[in-house]
Amino acid sequence: MSAILCARELSKHFGAVVAADQVSIDIAAGEHVSLIGSNGAGKTTFVNLITGYLKPDHGEILLEGRDITALGPTQITQLGVARSFQIPQLCAEMSVLDNMIVAAACGDGALSFWKRAHTQATQQRAHALLERFGLNAHAARRVAELPGGVRKLLDIAMAMTHRPKILLLDEPTSGVSTEEKFPMMDTVTAALGSEAVTVLFVEHDMDIVTRYATRVVAFYSGRILADGTPARVLADDEVKRYVTGTAH
Amino acid sequence: MKHDTRNTAVAGVIGTALLLALGALLPKWLLFLTTMSAANGIVSLGIVLMMRGGVVSFGQGLVFAGGGYAVALFANRLGVTDALLLTLAGGAVAALMALPFAPLLARYRGIFFSMLTLALSMVLYGVLVKTDALGGSDGFNMSRPTLFGMRIADAWSGYVLYAIAVAIAGALAILARIYFESTRGLVSLAIRENELRVAYLGASTTRVMTANFVIAAFMGGAGGALAIMALGHIEPNFSYWTTSGEFVFVSILAGHYSVLAVFVASFLLELVRSFSSAYFPNTWQMALGIFLLIVIRFLPRGIGSLWLDWRKHRGAGA
Repeated sequence: MSAILCARELSKHFGAVVAADQVSIDIAAGEHVSLIGSNGAGKTTFVNLITGYLKPDHGEILLEGRDITALGPTQITQLGVARSFQIPQLCAEMSVLDNMIVAAACGDGALSFWKRAHTQATQQRAHALLERFGLNAHAARRVAELPGGVRKLLDIAMAMTHRPKILLLDEPTSGVSTEEKFPMMDTVTAALGSEAVTVLFVEHDMDIVTRYATRVVAFYSGRILADGTPARVLADDEVKRYVTGTAH
Repeated sequence: MKHDTRNTAVAGVIGTALLLALGALLPKWLLFLTTMSAANGIVSLGIVLMMRGGVVSFGQGLVFAGGGYAVALFANRLGVTDALLLTLAGGAVAALMALPFAPLLARYRGIFFSMLTLALSMVLYGVLVKTDALGGSDGFNMSRPTLFGMRIADAWSGYVLYAIAVAIAGALAILARIYFESTRGLVSLAIRENELRVAYLGASTTRVMTANFVIAAFMGGAGGALAIMALGHIEPNFSYWTTSGEFVFVSILAGHYSVLAVFVASFLLELVRSFSSAYFPNTWQMALGIFLLIVIRFLPRGIGSLWLDWRKHRGAGA
């Protein structure tokens, strides 16, 4: 399978702290890749480098062969890389529906000075996507009133509005209760459904990783410690010692 | 918020027509006060437009003075006297003045944006005070404008200028309402709430804020043009920080939900100022301050929230 995303020798330092150290990785289209590692291992830094929030000190990032290393978040998003956040980034004082309409408007090319945001078509489109994420019942609610799990789903639904090629989820189940984690991931997986989207998700829960990832990349001290199928990576001695803490 | 655009336009046209008819019945002092309310309200409407994106300009006197001086110079030096043309010219000159600064200012938020705009307006104030060719600190007079090539008779000048100010304010209010309800208007609100999310949805927040700044500048210039036509005199104080402060005062008083509230707030300011300066000539600023404190205490989202809440309440009851 051809690589949709290539990172070549990415390095990022914050003073003496090495957040990314010569990270090279190829992601094939359609893969569901889980990024694992202890706190400070470099997972979120990697996501932030890919999405343009941070610029690498060294290295390059290619999206479908195009160099996106110097581009900012807006341009990278326009090229088809969407993301959700560890702390959901939403418009808290707006309704769920308004958040979805904002998401739709942002990705529809040039913003109009006179074309109404709230039309029957935009509302239907927003409701259709909310339905896929099981959020329609919350459509009229103000985001500030929503529980954490619903906010997480809304954050992902907004990222999915424009059918991205690559979706990066930064800890999609953090802050969600144990009972809700699997139903939530099931909802996300079902919502992605037939979409040919490549997914990279940062995750700490190894049960989630085992169940939903087709490939696992383990980070430690800004380096890639192991890369492969969930079974192989989670059985790796170094991963057990430095990441999962299951080594005896 | 979800009313049809056509309804918005029709309501705006009917409201403007009613005000035009009402003008024939108003005494001269109230006619002038309403004319100034409309002119200044347009400037504040520009600030409200920026407030919806999360920034407040403390230097709108820059474009107010820019539009005013340009119009006065066009009339006195170039012989352009048509009131409508001058208003458009005032807006255009102010927008051109803002254009070089807009992309830079669009990168700043909060107090940094406010202080940079304030600094720009005070730079213009300093230049105007020191420029003898523009009358220095005394400013200069402007000849009375014409309308469609016709000289405005003395007896009608008050009403005609009122009608022009109300008609232009009405037109800009309708356009502002359409803009607020557009996709760009909604994204402006989203930037105010969460700029990071908007950037990661693929919209350029800098472009949206740049456009907002230039539109607000056009409104500031048009307001300045209308104000100087009503006053017949311009001076550097148009660009002074206290003038900018009054526009911000009106914007805070109005809140960022309603276009109509901006003009109501502008009218209230003129009324309070007018009566306070008549009855408490040395302490009228204190009266204004107390008035603002009362509004912030009891209507923290501005007077526009009154009918927003009423509409929500009515919607919930229906």
